[in-house]
Amino acid sequence: MESTAPEIFSAIPLTHYILLSAALFVVGLIGVMTRKSIIIVFMCIEIMLNAANLMLTSTSAYYGNPGGQIMVFFTMAVAAAEVAVGLAIIVMVYKNLKSTNIDVFNKLKG
Amino acid sequence: MIDKIFYALSIATILCACMVVISKHPIRSILFLVATFFLISAHYVLLNAQFLALVNIVVYAGAIMVLFLFVVMFLNLNKEVEPYKGFLPWLAALVGGGSFFLIVISALQKSNLLQNENANHSIGLVENLGNVLYKEYLLPMEISSVLFLIAMAGVVLLSRKEKIVNE
Repeated sequence: MESTAPEIFSAIPLTHYILLSAALFVVGLIGVMTRKSIIIVFMCIEIMLNAANLMLTSTSAYYGNPGGQIMVFFTMAVAAAEVAVGLAIIVMVYKNLKSTNIDVFNKLKG
Repeated sequence: MIDKIFYALSIATILCACMVVISKHPIRSILFLVATFFLISAHYVLLNAQFLALVNIVVYAGAIMVLFLFVVMFLNLNKEVEPYKGFLPWLAALVGGGSFFLIVISALQKSNLLQNENANHSIGLVENLGNVLYKEYLLPMEISSVLFLIAMAGVVLLSRKEKIVNE
């Protein structure tokens, strides 16, 4: 099983992948803190999830341990379920309050 | 050669993620998000994790993005403009995010990541990962199907709730 891919493990140090994931995570974090539309905030949360996935995958590939990639698989499954439920909540709040501004979501508390 | 591919992909990924955050138009944000997911899949291919690259495209670019697009078009949000709140929130977020990034860099400098020289680099192929998934992680896999069932029931319950309240 010799393909072109394994040469990346000697060409790029693992640190660069960690830095890339951290940068992606920070971009998502900035989006969550600044944007007011709940849909954009939700998308930024997806970027943060993907940054964590990239980090887990790269570490698992560099160390040859499949546990990290299995974890990413389960994270994707949980993310799919989370997006379905979250978008249903957004649609319900929009039906009742006619807005997707994040400030109206404090109506959600009991 | 491969390091040039890596750096080009990384810069494109971060630029697309930034465009998701700064574009005013929700549809444009979603399309840039799709581009980000495809670029992350390209990173997975570089890392020889073909299974995750395929699952990433199918789950994120296929299912989740269709849901987002559907909701944005369903709620007719494509004309809405957010009120501009000045640059102070952006400044606060940039300082907060930047200090988090600095913490990560300083933590990386203190740590010594051991390079595993004789690691098995073909674990990400569909055959090998499938073997591990169905031999060692069979129970979590079945439990995640229960999670999907619960999520489905939850979505149906959430969408029906208004009718019950109105009666």
